[in-house]
Amino acid sequence: MPKSYRDGLPITPDKFVDQLMRLKRGSISRRDFLGLTGLGVATAVMARELGIMPTPAFAAENLGDRMSIATWPNYHDPQTFENFKAETGVAVEVNVFGSNEEMLAKLQAGGSGWSLFVPTNYTISTYKKLGIIEALDMAKLPNFDGKSEDSRFTAEGTIDGTIYAVPKNWGTTGFAVNTKKLTKPMSSWKEFWDTAMAEGDGRTMVHDYQLTTIGNALKYYGYSFNSLKQDELAKAEELLLKVKPHLFAVSSDYQPGMRAGDAWMTMCWTNDGAQLHRDIPEIAYVLGKEGGEIWTDFYAIPKDAPNKPAGYALLNYLMNPKVAVKEHLANGAPSTDARVNALLPKEVLDNPILYPAADLLKPLEFGAAATLTDPGRAELMARFKSA
Amino acid sequence: MRGSLFRKNLVTTLLLAPAALWLVIFLVLPFIAIAIFSVGERAPEGGYQAALTFAQYANLPARATAFWNTMVLAPIGALACLLVAYPVAYYLALRAPERWRLILLAMIVIPFWTSLLMRTYAWMYILGGRGIPALLAYVGIQDLRLINTPGAVLLGIVYGYLPLMILPIYVSLERLDRRLLEASADLGATPLSTFLGVTLRLSLPGVMTGFSLVMILLLGEYLIPTLLGGGKVFFIGNALVDLFLQSRNWPFGSAIAITLVLVSVVVLIVANRISTRLSGARRVDLI
Repeated sequence: MPKSYRDGLPITPDKFVDQLMRLKRGSISRRDFLGLTGLGVATAVMARELGIMPTPAFAAENLGDRMSIATWPNYHDPQTFENFKAETGVAVEVNVFGSNEEMLAKLQAGGSGWSLFVPTNYTISTYKKLGIIEALDMAKLPNFDGKSEDSRFTAEGTIDGTIYAVPKNWGTTGFAVNTKKLTKPMSSWKEFWDTAMAEGDGRTMVHDYQLTTIGNALKYYGYSFNSLKQDELAKAEELLLKVKPHLFAVSSDYQPGMRAGDAWMTMCWTNDGAQLHRDIPEIAYVLGKEGGEIWTDFYAIPKDAPNKPAGYALLNYLMNPKVAVKEHLANGAPSTDARVNALLPKEVLDNPILYPAADLLKPLEFGAAATLTDPGRAELMARFKSA
Repeated sequence: MRGSLFRKNLVTTLLLAPAALWLVIFLVLPFIAIAIFSVGERAPEGGYQAALTFAQYANLPARATAFWNTMVLAPIGALACLLVAYPVAYYLALRAPERWRLILLAMIVIPFWTSLLMRTYAWMYILGGRGIPALLAYVGIQDLRLINTPGAVLLGIVYGYLPLMILPIYVSLERLDRRLLEASADLGATPLSTFLGVTLRLSLPGVMTGFSLVMILLLGEYLIPTLLGGGKVFFIGNALVDLFLQSRNWPFGSAIAITLVLVSVVVLIVANRISTRLSGARRVDLI
């Protein structure tokens, strides 16, 4: 099992030059490039001299020879796309993003060029409202089985009975701690913030993402992760401004810092927590006992997708439990699909990072669409960052 | 007579047309779009909604810290760049052996062919825990943190913009009439006063060009503070990125962008004035 994209997919000199030229032309974003250099892969057209053998299922429709997907860093098994290319002849270009807003901004601006992308639960209603995503044609997704999905995680993909998005995986937002550096056991957001100002001084990272950074500051006082109440947000702001001078960084790209040992503690998503712990066992993943965020990432197809047939074909391919199971093993996020869980090894299902105990899951909240688009929270974040 | 003048004008017009078209499409039109956005409103889901209001401009104080940080960073960064660049340019133009000059110049320019992003990202690993601090740990200096410090940001800025400072200074020093230096020495000036009175003064146009070039680029800088400063220091460039890509408040972002352009123009004018005053009337020609 590859440890990261880089291990699974070494970048060759000519691909590197390719990327460089794209960057110079401006057809690749900063985040894409961050993904490429820092997180292993971003926009790699995964071409291999494997024979092109379209399977009968795909042969019916002309899929073209390339398509583009927008997703998150370290989120797929690179082999998946290579296998897809071998089966269908379609090369998949992977664009890596740092936030849902960035994806939304790009889709809103038009001409993103993506035929499939990976939005998080709370954005889907906004995409639907803005008319950016397609109602999925389920006839083209025979591998998807709604009955095997856990409805707790999938509900937000369906709006007024129409399916706009199908789940990729779910996860939580907790924090990762290097237990060799910070030896005191921790189990709450209160301890996270207090430690950041004490033993973790200069070594703690928070997301460059208002939803989670403000949400987890609200948890310090036991308020809702999604709170839009003025007085509660004011308390969270007070805490954030107090913590700011003690931070190592405000960044969602926290794996390099944690791996290099510069950062000792960071806000962290499940899959990153699992990857960090797998490679560096002393890095633990903690869910705040006050609660915090639980999320589902979905697959959706933009209305202006340049290659819809390939988008559907790849989505259907990813919905095949045998393919999906490899994805989960690679990226470390838990599955919403009972068929996939049945195929996962026992040690994965028993991994408390991926499948936390029920009492820890219970207080978690799904992020709300209003939380993401609230201008007040955006301005609070700007004040925090410029403090 | 008239015919040939007309033809000359036509040729001039045709030759300038591509550049003019380029400027209109990629500079004037986007600028107009941004200006229109800046008097609009943020749509409920983010983005732009048509309106005619100056509320976005009235809201500018909300990014006062970002403007302030930028106004401090830009001159300090440009100054640090200048202090490093001047001796290099001086050596290249006046001291380096002729046959080495081209090679040395190439060595300065070639890294510039690589994107600033990539070079900055490389520094992230050099300064990160597995880079220089790991080497220092061998000699007993433990847990030293270099990355995400103001020093790292300054280093990144100097490194990233150095060629832009060296080249104009080099050009102005290279054109320097050596006989002036000899004359200065013959008249009894010490090397230091020759440098201050002749070399430095005559190279001031180059210094001002380099300074304003670096300064203006720094006004929009966001990458280096993000990567080497850990995103803890918020510059106006960072505010713009967040407003367009995160909170998607395009009208407010546009108002800030327009303000930034105006500030840059003022900086350019001031730099130009200073430069002319310091050196404008001092074109010295021997014979």
